[in-house]
Amino acid sequence: MNDIVEVNPGWALLAPVVLGLLALAGAALNGILVARAEGRSFRSGAVIPVLETARLMRQRRRTTVAADVLLWRIGCAGLVVTAVLKTAVIPVGPWVLADIPVGVVWFNTMDVFVWALVWLIGWGANSAHALVGGYRFLAQAVSYELPLMFALVTPAVAAHSLRVSDVVAAQQELWFIVWMPIAFVVFCLSVVAFSNWGPFATSASADIAGGILTEVSGVDRLLILAGRYALLTTGAAFAVALFFGGGAGPLLPGWLWTLVKTLLLLAAFVTLRHRLPAVRPERLAEVAWIIVLPAVLLQTLVVSIVVAVRG
Amino acid sequence: MLSVIVFSALAVIALASGIAVFRVDSMARATYALAVSFVAVGVMLLMFDLDYIGVITILMMVMEMAIMAIYMIMFMGMNPALMPMSMVHNKRWSAILAVGTFLLLAGGALLIPWAARTGSPAADLTASLGEAIMGSKMLVMLTVSPILFATIVAALVLANPRGRYDRWGDELNRPTPDDPQQGGLGR
Repeated sequence: MNDIVEVNPGWALLAPVVLGLLALAGAALNGILVARAEGRSFRSGAVIPVLETARLMRQRRRTTVAADVLLWRIGCAGLVVTAVLKTAVIPVGPWVLADIPVGVVWFNTMDVFVWALVWLIGWGANSAHALVGGYRFLAQAVSYELPLMFALVTPAVAAHSLRVSDVVAAQQELWFIVWMPIAFVVFCLSVVAFSNWGPFATSASADIAGGILTEVSGVDRLLILAGRYALLTTGAAFAVALFFGGGAGPLLPGWLWTLVKTLLLLAAFVTLRHRLPAVRPERLAEVAWIIVLPAVLLQTLVVSIVVAVRG
Repeated sequence: MLSVIVFSALAVIALASGIAVFRVDSMARATYALAVSFVAVGVMLLMFDLDYIGVITILMMVMEMAIMAIYMIMFMGMNPALMPMSMVHNKRWSAILAVGTFLLLAGGALLIPWAARTGSPAADLTASLGEAIMGSKMLVMLTVSPILFATIVAALVLANPRGRYDRWGDELNRPTPDDPQQGGLGR
């Protein structure tokens, strides 16, 4: 496999387009799964995201009394922005936009922004249900963030580097998924959790009248929904770089392999929503701190020992 | 030239949002104005090629502000945090302290005869900064860290209103813990 090279910054204009298309594919799959479950046709499900986009673009904004409009708008628009900023360090085949020495930490920093943004969405509307949703997300974040950090650290330890291209290069012989399965599973579940998706979507669930989504409408709602799919997509793409050898694979060119693997993982994430029940944040806390965190720490320890022994 | 402009813009953002912390009337806005200020400082650190420290500053500060939002609800009993409120108190002494600290630091920065650079910057600035801070004091750090950790654990044990004997009984043999909020493992 060739080394990963930085491309001309002009390609940054293409990154949001590719991200948008992949996220749209994820949304279409979700639409299909919903349609099949309700006994409607395959096609009627696949067009749901397009129709929903058109509907929300034309919808008038709902206003609430004494809303904190500035913070609300920042929260609504921010999810898409953090997802786009993540793409800067994600390699596609042999190319990456910014091969910074701390790419793994960059990804982590962007998903910490989601903490603030989801809470701001909940806060801005001046609505009790939305605020409860925002706090639910923070309670969940306290549970998933430390396991996520150690799941991110593990491939970096094995690669002796926080640079994403080094992590990909270190997998030439063996993909990290093979000998760090726990870190992989924890990373994937954390991606689903910070994307506010599936079993970890309690901050926007029906039992609190839609939570953070209660009062958002029009283009704000579109940006939040798109941001969730975009976060899932960047999470899947980063998992490909960290655990699935990036663009490595036979016959096809590297960039195509990255996209294929990303789409497969994204499909798995989207499907999770229809397979698992919701996880209440207060129950997640004890499980995350007493089982998941020691498990992923053990994974990091095993990897560190292997790395130290092999030198 | 460009870097001077970017640096100055970041400095203005950091200062302006720092001032905003005390001018706004809502805890949420004050909290996140402080976050913006710290993010601007983090980006400035990135401009010095201190990649790790810059990115980690942004990470820590954003997370800290989000955690602060949790504490806002947890510990402010009658929830003034959710209502408009003044962000300043004890104005006179705060002003005296702030001006005094500013004069001290700014005077120091301007009056100290700074040494001219000899040699060139190290290849890995983060590593060499770590060496400079920790290198000769590693023994102290090694001794202090377990003591600090023990202090944290002891403080938590003392502050925790419901320990394991409250939950599992004096013999620690209750089949299920007695918790105000059920859930989690083994219930």
